[in-house]
Amino acid sequence: MTTAVTRGLSPVRSRLDNGSVVIVQENATSPAVTILATFLAGSLYDPPDLPGLAHLAGRVLDRGTALRPAEVIAEQLDDRGVALRASTSRHTTSLGCTCLAEDFDDVLAIVLDVAVRPVFPEEEIDKRRAEIITMLRQDEDNPAVRAAETLFEMLYGAAHPYGRPAKGSIASLERMERADIVALHQARMRPAALTLTVVGDVAAGHALERAAVELQGWAAPPPAPVAVEAPPPRSARAVRAVSVPGKSQTDIAYGFVAIRRLDPRYYAYWVMNNILGQFGLGGRLADNIRERQGMAYYAFSAFDPSVGEGPLVVRAGVDPANVSRAITAIDHEVGELGAHGPTAGELEESRRYLIGSIARMLETNQGIATFLQTSEQFNLGLDYDRQLPRHLGAVTLEEVRAAAAEVLHPEQAAIATAGPAREAGAA
Amino acid sequence: MDAMALPAPLIEPRDLREVHLGNGLKVLVQPVHTAPLVSVWCWYRVGSRDETPGLTGVSHWVEHMNFKGTTNIPRDQMKGIVERFGGMWNGYTWIDQTTYLETAGRDALDQMLFIEAERMSNGIYDPAECESERTVIISELQGGENDPDQLLDSEVTATAFRAHPYRHPTIGWIEDLRRMSRDDLYSHYRRYYIPNNATLVIVGDVEVDEALRLAERRFGGIAPGPIPLRNAAPEPPQRGERRVTIERPGTTAYLKVAWHAPAATDPDFFPMLVLDAVLTGAKGTNIWSSFRGQPPQRRARLYTALVESGLASTVSGALLPTADPFLYTLSLTAMKGIPLSAVETAVFEEVERVRTSGALEAEMARARRQLRARTVFENDSVTNIAHQLGYFETVTGPGFYTALRDRIDAVTPDQVADVARRRLSRQFCTVGWFRPQETRP
Repeated sequence: MTTAVTRGLSPVRSRLDNGSVVIVQENATSPAVTILATFLAGSLYDPPDLPGLAHLAGRVLDRGTALRPAEVIAEQLDDRGVALRASTSRHTTSLGCTCLAEDFDDVLAIVLDVAVRPVFPEEEIDKRRAEIITMLRQDEDNPAVRAAETLFEMLYGAAHPYGRPAKGSIASLERMERADIVALHQARMRPAALTLTVVGDVAAGHALERAAVELQGWAAPPPAPVAVEAPPPRSARAVRAVSVPGKSQTDIAYGFVAIRRLDPRYYAYWVMNNILGQFGLGGRLADNIRERQGMAYYAFSAFDPSVGEGPLVVRAGVDPANVSRAITAIDHEVGELGAHGPTAGELEESRRYLIGSIARMLETNQGIATFLQTSEQFNLGLDYDRQLPRHLGAVTLEEVRAAAAEVLHPEQAAIATAGPAREAGAA
Repeated sequence: MDAMALPAPLIEPRDLREVHLGNGLKVLVQPVHTAPLVSVWCWYRVGSRDETPGLTGVSHWVEHMNFKGTTNIPRDQMKGIVERFGGMWNGYTWIDQTTYLETAGRDALDQMLFIEAERMSNGIYDPAECESERTVIISELQGGENDPDQLLDSEVTATAFRAHPYRHPTIGWIEDLRRMSRDDLYSHYRRYYIPNNATLVIVGDVEVDEALRLAERRFGGIAPGPIPLRNAAPEPPQRGERRVTIERPGTTAYLKVAWHAPAATDPDFFPMLVLDAVLTGAKGTNIWSSFRGQPPQRRARLYTALVESGLASTVSGALLPTADPFLYTLSLTAMKGIPLSAVETAVFEEVERVRTSGALEAEMARARRQLRARTVFENDSVTNIAHQLGYFETVTGPGFYTALRDRIDAVTPDQVADVARRRLSRQFCTVGWFRPQETRP
């Protein structure tokens, strides 16, 4: 058994006869194993009239299988100290957990049983549906969520899979029936859509063998591909204010549609975003809004490229009286970087930071599992951790300038604010 | 199944070296060679418990100021030193402690120690920077107030304590934040930021003697000072149930029930930890990492009684290792349409049941096993290992952390039943309701 990250990762990958991919990375740092079972079955695949279906399906997956009733799954996981998490993004639904190494065989069997043979009992659907409705009500009262959801709708349109909330709406949840969930599982959560990633204190050969045994006999044709429709063309600057009564602070979400993950400009955009709103406390944005003006506890930007053109989003939380000032500051930083690009010094320090941070990103089993899963999803190669420094190191000042000039146009920004009514509209 | 033998190289550190420098600074070095990384944490025995009325929040504000430049690190160069090595840095303040950390490539060790030594002795506290940070902290406070659960937590804590300074929030009361002066901050800094009131923790891909040599070089010249007394007023016994209700615009109702909890060094602490696992699932003891995400709780009593029954969408319990008795708090989110009174009734029915009958052997075994698994999961990185070493050294003193697993294993059903009976009486609890005022048409 080897240590994972000192010499770079050394994952073992196998495609099973049914099309599922299994990736194993040995890491004996602690006597624990992380299991991540990811289906290409996120909210992108929701039927148009049932947004949130994949999210509800994910939350009911582990509530009963053909082999194990819900209470048996609960007991077997709880007895081993395992919290199984289901998460649904735009493109994927994942089951993830960490267990003690000695429990690996048992826990893998449960996770794959849950992935392959869920029975979606009516009673469990009703309970989880009610929980999600409560979550949606909490979201309604959360300025950070309201600002982000409003921004995504402005950028992509309410019908686009990147523009609608992955959790759906109360109305759509109330329309969902068990048959819808079963149909989604049968159509999308098929063998060829599954990547199983195992990282930790387990021999690769053993993990591959156990995965093959647990998935034996599970077969279905690959699911039909679904394309991500292009986002609407950029339009003029738009501002939308959402009133969330009774709040002390207003949240700002300010953004643009950027590029796809596999776009050749990806690394230049990554470095550019680091300079704009990540480096240190939050790049140029935090230097201005937090450090120089003392206006906000947080101000940063996030770049989330995906299968389709993902967003680049600036976030800040400010006193309701400072909304206009904060947006002016964001405009200034976005406009400056867009017009002039970064300095050579900024490029160098961001590149060094991003390359140096790879070791931290790959320190824990969970970090490695997420990295390997993403590498598989985008076909980046089993040695992507070794290639990544080269990609980042090769980014030039001209490329970052070009990336900034392409996307950072305050006159085209979509801006959403959410907070107390009296100031939320100031912009 | 309960008789689990864990190979535990990380939770029973065998090569841990402890050294006191001449100025009283305690240095803990733990080599972990699994990744080319080092985590450095500098811990101070000062938190919001050390604050007096009118100066609440001063410890946390001081923490913010200590990222604002020092004599030998100009403010605009604070950022970048660790980042050049791919590193991250942060800090936090809580009721008993303040701490700062950097985790970066191993080549950055000396730079990380330089930053921490500067932070200990050479803070500038420029008046303009203090003013600028005042509004940043008020923004942090207001961001917290946007969350009804956090708002309720502050009110419940303030209601549960009458005398002990644990009663005020670590971020402080807003009136104090508006009035506090630069000199208030600076005098607090000078009083507590001395080597003999601190612990330096180094964990990672280091050679121990070399790490100690660098620590001596960076910190050895810093003069010690008088060790500040920690005279927190003891909390008088609670004589009856207390209640607080917040009514504000919102969409969702929240309930909190809090009891006075044992300090970490109290013999009741570990039975309470097991009791919490029985009621809400085991979280572990790493406040830096373990409380993010759900614990294993599908078979926990309050989950089955409240969430599975459709009364609440979430339930959680919080018992944290603290120097003085703090709180054991249950937090619940009411399901839409369910009155808080119904959620509260169900919570107390379950609490009474465990007070009357204790925990089943199967529940005990599950709870112990969950806790032991969490002690492995919460030590999965040099950053987390360093946190745990520094946290317990600062909050509970030497020797406590390494005995965690044995003390969890030693808890008996009788002890769990006993702490439930004695400590979870209704007369010792504080109940908080957040009742939303619907504003939608």
